[in-house]
Amino acid sequence: MIGVVITTPLQSIVVRQDRDISVVRRAVSTHAERLNLSVLSRTRLVTASSELTRNMLVYGGGGVVELKVYRDGERLGLGATFADQGPGIDNVEDALADGFTSGVGLGLGLGGARRLVDQFDIQSSEVTGTSISVAIWLKDDGR
Amino acid sequence: MTLERIAIVKIEECLLVTIQVDMHDRLALTLREDLGERLLTTQARGVLLDISGLDTLDTFIARVLAGISSMAKLLGAETVLVGMQPAVAMTLVELGLTLEGVHTSLDVDRGMALLKKLLV
Repeated sequence: MIGVVITTPLQSIVVRQDRDISVVRRAVSTHAERLNLSVLSRTRLVTASSELTRNMLVYGGGGVVELKVYRDGERLGLGATFADQGPGIDNVEDALADGFTSGVGLGLGLGGARRLVDQFDIQSSEVTGTSISVAIWLKDDGR
Repeated sequence: MTLERIAIVKIEECLLVTIQVDMHDRLALTLREDLGERLLTTQARGVLLDISGLDTLDTFIARVLAGISSMAKLLGAETVLVGMQPAVAMTLVELGLTLEGVHTSLDVDRGMALLKKLLV
């Protein structure tokens, strides 16, 4: 049902240390408020962003978070792309399964983050690293 | 280095921790350490963690809070987590984190009452 999605960049954040995770949380929260996302949608997106930024830091050695407005016809959303130049994810399906962890997490990170958002796309290879894009759409009642 | 810390206040035999800032990872770990020490020095029997100022709780921070509760238990103290915002609670459930074994209450007053019951 998603047609051609046009994205407009909002902000780009370089992630190198664990403090940058809160920088990302605050930025996502601010833009979500500006776009009038509901409190629940905002909380979901901020939480998913927090998980994905931490993953990027722990497994990918840091990277860049790009925040953008998504537009599909009349519909607006807030999206974020998390890109690292790390070693990539061996088996994406396994990594998305609950309980999977190869590091220090609880194994809820990737699969959990996917459940929180409306859109979740992942690309990963040994050569290019991992890039995950997520988005939450404003709901029909304007929230 | 910054000496950023979350304040721990002793009230009777309880320690009250109010988290008002967006808690970054290291701050959460520092809180865990500080609380462990304060439990020893004050011999407090209860911990009240007020997270009403947090508008997100991801798996890392949630895990640290659950860890604080387990650690306090081993040091002879009960922990009650209070003030979780509804959207945060819903998001945690969707993430699959139910904070099992952690006592929770709606607000500080009810949390204090629960703590008193647990300490009898």
